[in-house]
Amino acid sequence: MSEDLTRLSAVRLARAVRDGEASAEDVVRAHLRRIEDKDPQIKAFLTLTADAALSQARAVDEKRRRGATLGALAGVPVAIKDNIQVAGVETTCASRMLKGHVAAYDATCVARLKAADAVLLGKTNLDEFAMGSSTENSAFGRTANPWDLSRVPGGSSGGSAAAVAARMAPLALGSDTGGSIRQPAAFCGVVGLKPTYGRVSRYGLVAFASSLDQVGPFAGTVEDAALAFSVVAGHDPMDATSARRPAPPARIPVPADLKGVRVGLPREYFVEGLDPEVERAIRSAVETLKSLGATIKEVGLPHTKHAISTYYIIAPSEASANLARFDGVRYGFVDRGAKTLEEVYEFTRGAGFGPEVKRRIMLGTYALSSGYYDAYYAKAQRARTLIARDFRDAFAEVDLIAGPTAPTAAFRFGEKTDDPVAMYLSDVFTIPSNLAGNASLSVPCGLTAGGLPLGLQLIADAFQEERLLAVAGAFEAARACLFWPGESPGNPSK
Amino acid sequence: MTKYEMVVGLEVHCQLATRTKLFCGCGTDGYGETPNSRICPVCTAQPGSLPVLNAKAVELAFRAALALECRLNPVSVFARKNYFYPDLPKAYQISQYDKPFSEHGRLRLSEGGKTVGITRIHLEEDAGKLLHDLGALKIDGSLVDLNRAGVPLIEIVSEPDIRTGDEAHAYLAALKEVLQYVGASRCDMEKGEMRCDANVSVRPEGAQRFGTRAEIKNLNSFKNVKDAIDHEFHRQVAVVESGGRVVQETRLWDAAKGETRSMRSKEDAHDYRYFPDPDLPPLVADESLVARLKAEMPELPAARRARLTAQLGLTAYDAEVLTGDRALADFFETAAAAAPKGAAKTVANLLSTEMLARLNAESLPPSQAPIAPEHLGRLAGLVVAGTLSSKGAKDVFARMWQTRKDPVELVSELGLAQVSDDGALREWVRQAVASNPKAAADLKGGKDAAIGSLVGAVMKLSGGKANPAAVRGLIKEAVQS
Repeated sequence: MSEDLTRLSAVRLARAVRDGEASAEDVVRAHLRRIEDKDPQIKAFLTLTADAALSQARAVDEKRRRGATLGALAGVPVAIKDNIQVAGVETTCASRMLKGHVAAYDATCVARLKAADAVLLGKTNLDEFAMGSSTENSAFGRTANPWDLSRVPGGSSGGSAAAVAARMAPLALGSDTGGSIRQPAAFCGVVGLKPTYGRVSRYGLVAFASSLDQVGPFAGTVEDAALAFSVVAGHDPMDATSARRPAPPARIPVPADLKGVRVGLPREYFVEGLDPEVERAIRSAVETLKSLGATIKEVGLPHTKHAISTYYIIAPSEASANLARFDGVRYGFVDRGAKTLEEVYEFTRGAGFGPEVKRRIMLGTYALSSGYYDAYYAKAQRARTLIARDFRDAFAEVDLIAGPTAPTAAFRFGEKTDDPVAMYLSDVFTIPSNLAGNASLSVPCGLTAGGLPLGLQLIADAFQEERLLAVAGAFEAARACLFWPGESPGNPSK
Repeated sequence: MTKYEMVVGLEVHCQLATRTKLFCGCGTDGYGETPNSRICPVCTAQPGSLPVLNAKAVELAFRAALALECRLNPVSVFARKNYFYPDLPKAYQISQYDKPFSEHGRLRLSEGGKTVGITRIHLEEDAGKLLHDLGALKIDGSLVDLNRAGVPLIEIVSEPDIRTGDEAHAYLAALKEVLQYVGASRCDMEKGEMRCDANVSVRPEGAQRFGTRAEIKNLNSFKNVKDAIDHEFHRQVAVVESGGRVVQETRLWDAAKGETRSMRSKEDAHDYRYFPDPDLPPLVADESLVARLKAEMPELPAARRARLTAQLGLTAYDAEVLTGDRALADFFETAAAAAPKGAAKTVANLLSTEMLARLNAESLPPSQAPIAPEHLGRLAGLVVAGTLSSKGAKDVFARMWQTRKDPVELVSELGLAQVSDDGALREWVRQAVASNPKAAADLKGGKDAAIGSLVGAVMKLSGGKANPAAVRGLIKEAVQS
């Protein structure tokens, strides 16, 4: 093939490899070259597994030569957020605590990618233990936004979003606890899907907040996101919270129009604090949905204002227990200067965790403390129920909810690092979907005057990913909104 | 002088008799095996690993609860109990807190005896253990063995109904018996499969209010429990008598010194920050499962003992020995059914002497005895019919153990059938009286005890085959004539 292989969608690449138009090795080499070229500035990857990727690619090519049927992602390179376990590969969670820690097993989503003949390129940067909205909380340096190297890629899955945006990988996996897939997808101008809680196994995803965490794909196109989602989704007996639902189909037909689709605009998502430029882009995106035949209706999600405070009780509480296992006893960092058991814990955790992780462990430990439990944790759980009920009521009236993914476009490095609350507010529109456990995605919907990408968030009821992806696909087709940094928007190369 | 009574509640941890751990597929057979040979990403808390509940453990826990007459809660919740210790890989233990799977049960200590209330039973995972040396090899620091980490336990919390060390002992014995009976736990204390903590307080006799309690840990035998409780009672009484106040604390039993000593006070108590484990959905007591378990519930030992004494005429002692182990009692009932009517007592004798001795000598469970229970029943039949003497029965039993053969077959094979033939017996008696004139004269003169040596002589002449009862009659007849 004479085309630049890094410009092809995952769907197109898998077909090329299956049909013998391109070898998996060629596909992988093209992406490794692109990484070599771009990543020194962007720094999306923490670990590059080039040799393993090439040998996986050659195995796929060999499989094809033998005449065996190739998987849905034959030869497609995938980048993995570094809080997802890949056996034999360092898995750091961007924390000093796990520097040098080699994973003992494959996460279920990783095993499914491998079984589908995907090729793993390496591990991408993130906010330490997925706690953050800019990837600036990484212990191993910051990742730049491919659209503007002075800006953040969003977070916490900033490395995965940047890798896809910079065409270093056609697909990447991230995790979304409060917006960590959708917000960086919006900041980097790519598609990011947060599946319904329980739809993708969490086995092998290093837990941040177990009742909120969900693995999902980043992709250049909606169709690619659907393909990757179909590979990683489905019941897993290793995860007791995994839904007993079959994996969705690999291809979701894009409807010619959206007649009969009812789209709700939550009035609470168009409020002060929303950048006027973002608001204009979202209103324009809604017009596109309308022009496709969708009916638009205002809906209320009255408890949205409590979402952030609810989240910042529940997520840190769960995190305080989830991160307690990093104690220097079995794996990862240990402070060798410790003389007593107390010191092993104190020194190891004191030096191993960064400030944001410590802040959240302290918050959570406090919220769960005897005497405070009812005032904080129990109350937050009740608020969570009300937030979920808001969505249930809204979905009685509409099929989908549309709104901004983030209140602003990508901000500059350092802009919010001194103000945790300002940083937390960048997740104001994404957190409610995690609290309710439903499905949502961010799809590119335009650029700011300054040339930064913006994302339209679509939210569907639990297990309605097919509808969500179909509508997003129709929107994408109508807007010709696949674009790469520094290039004009266009339709994806299929 | 004020008289005091002790108030004791026990918290007993029992390992459920599952093949695999509570939240992963690792074996539970790691006791005494190579350290860390029964581990996986889940029970070593590798980052990203998740627990999945073992359905068999739930079934065994439910069986225990039903046997202890507990109410099964329709929904219960797993909670994380947070604390740091090197033997606890996740730095939290998955347990149950405010919503345990069962509550409100009771256990009768003995026939017609006291009933102790069961407050609650909950499911939880065990921790690993720390090694401070490797046999004779001293090591710098400590090592962690996680073979035990994640092994399923139930914690059974009693009401503060126990008033003496002996009652505590009886409670534990009854608990062990019931749990073994329903197959919930093997309760092997030596392997740590049954562990006990005791909450002890004292109050003046007749008082309604409880005194301040101390929790005593490290009680690894029934005797330790009894001794520790008795010791603690006297210690607390002495504190109160001397005008002091008992403080709420955790104390450790030192079996070697025979005393308890303070481990930590209430002020040092952990805040475990319990909260529902988001990795595990609530445990629902499935109605069809509960119905099946109720239907499968075996007759419990107390009821069985009552039936065996009433229906088969066993002594309370025999019934106790036989029902001490469910497999042994099953063996007995099958054997008794194969024996003629009225032979149950003989079956019980053979079991509690010959068979238990053999089983103990070879460390075999009753289920692995190389003897069919029906054969034992038939052996008892031969004894009752007079075909075999008790000595003969002993010999046949030994052969049965070796050959697995039917005793009827063995008796004819060995020519062991007891001789009751009048002619043969009279001839042996004549010879015995003739060669023991002094004994014969003594017997005739009214010394009844003298008959013993004459019977012995006949048995010797007959090679043990003479029927002793018949021989006695014939000897008396012979000396009188």
